[in-house]
Amino acid sequence: MAAITFDAVQKTFARNGTGIVAVERIDLVIADEEFVAIVGPSGCGKTTCLRMVAGFEFPTSGSVSVDGRRVTGPGPDRAVVFQQFALFPWKTVHDNIALGLRNKGVAREERESRIAKAIAIMNLQGYETAFPHQLSGGMQQRVAIARAYVLDPDVLLMDEPFGALDAQTRVAMQEELVRLARINPRTVLFITHSVEEAVYLADRVVVMSRRPGRIKEVIDVRAVRVAEKWDRIERIEDVMDHESFIHWRTHIWRSLREEKSAHE
Amino acid sequence: MNALRLQTLSRTETALLGVAGVLLFFGIWSFLSLSGLVPHQFLPAPYEVAGRFIELLGTPFAGATLQEHLASSALRFAYGFLLGAAIGIPLGLLMGWFRVLDEIVSPIFDGLRFIAPIAWVPFAALWFGTGIGGPILIIFAGAFPPCLINAYRGARFVPRPLIEAAQMLGTGNLRIIVEVLLPASTASIVAGLRVSAGLGWQSLIGAELIVASTGVGFMMVQAQLDASTPTVMSAMIAIGLVGLAIDVALRALEAAVRRRGLA
Repeated sequence: MAAITFDAVQKTFARNGTGIVAVERIDLVIADEEFVAIVGPSGCGKTTCLRMVAGFEFPTSGSVSVDGRRVTGPGPDRAVVFQQFALFPWKTVHDNIALGLRNKGVAREERESRIAKAIAIMNLQGYETAFPHQLSGGMQQRVAIARAYVLDPDVLLMDEPFGALDAQTRVAMQEELVRLARINPRTVLFITHSVEEAVYLADRVVVMSRRPGRIKEVIDVRAVRVAEKWDRIERIEDVMDHESFIHWRTHIWRSLREEKSAHE
Repeated sequence: MNALRLQTLSRTETALLGVAGVLLFFGIWSFLSLSGLVPHQFLPAPYEVAGRFIELLGTPFAGATLQEHLASSALRFAYGFLLGAAIGIPLGLLMGWFRVLDEIVSPIFDGLRFIAPIAWVPFAALWFGTGIGGPILIIFAGAFPPCLINAYRGARFVPRPLIEAAQMLGTGNLRIIVEVLLPASTASIVAGLRVSAGLGWQSLIGAELIVASTGVGFMMVQAQLDASTPTVMSAMIAIGLVGLAIDVALRALEAAVRRRGLA
């Protein structure tokens, strides 16, 4: 139902008077409650893909639709988690999370209970009145995820959400995201540089070519995960040690490396 | 002053240098006046000016005591300054957000803002005579542009992700201006208010020289007609002190804003 559809999407940016093709002929259908990660070399247009779903940018040709409706602008049905968090520095944790619900006109009582729930899920209890600059990067990103989740969006768009975090925090957040996805499944489009992250988190991994970005390969990780029972494995490092995980990680690495050497 | 070089001085040294500067100033002034190098009528000695200053606090001149003239100037200033801020800040933020408004207002604004506030005096006199409207218009002409420019710049320099975050949370245009652009521009706006107040206060005195029947500027003109140099100088000192007080107050506001992390 709430699916994302890229239909022959092309996006050209004007730069110094010439047009630069960011992405070319993107055809992709993301199913309801499916978690899709896009990996690709820098500048391949993966973030552009996400921004077109968010409604921050529009395709030059082709169309992007969510739930069968063409995207015409940003909105709370497609919540975004940004790499640099983008929290409002003058608002407390509570007020950052509250803004979207206030915009929707959710009544105070329901609003507070939903905020409390989101704060509990993201383990932010006790930090309600803190300001973002008082929190670590990992905590700030939890606030940003809570701010997105509290809206109960059809689609969650995550643009390298853990890219600015240190390695350990990153792993903790990845585990948390998996836990969250089990409690509260959503359609997720996840952009990342990290192949491990993509294979660990996603149902399908989309590998993009270097610019102009095209879809090079789509890997159905979910089938592997189910077959190899990754979900029964508690720790991320144990999943990453698994033979099937290593196989797919290496496969994607090779695929990306081809893109890199083709460039040089 | 070179900030880097000042840092190498201790607090006491800095204070002593300041005192030395003041002493030197009054020394030269006293010398010029008492030695008769400058005719006494044109340059009275510092103690005479101080005496006149204190006298003016008790004895009315040109219809009112010094503090009454100051109060009437301050009231005009407050009207003009607040009007400038009340129109300049929202308009600047709106222009920073709505491209169309920016394109409509900018050419007019850029044309008008190079007319010095004092150049509005004849126009103000024609419109308002010596009523309160004239000085307010002139103060407004001084105070309005920095308010608008700083609010506009503040709004334009809001980090894009913050705006996008607000949009994806479903925040409407006007709410974005109030919830995002305004708080994100606070530091810039307060800095603008300081410039605004300085220009407004300076313009006010100019305005009162011509289009008022009370106020410190008016008092100075009357004193000039009386050839009372000590009175003119007392008024100048009062203007300087009040200007300084306004700046100190706004600097405190600026510091408070910075402490709250809005900068």
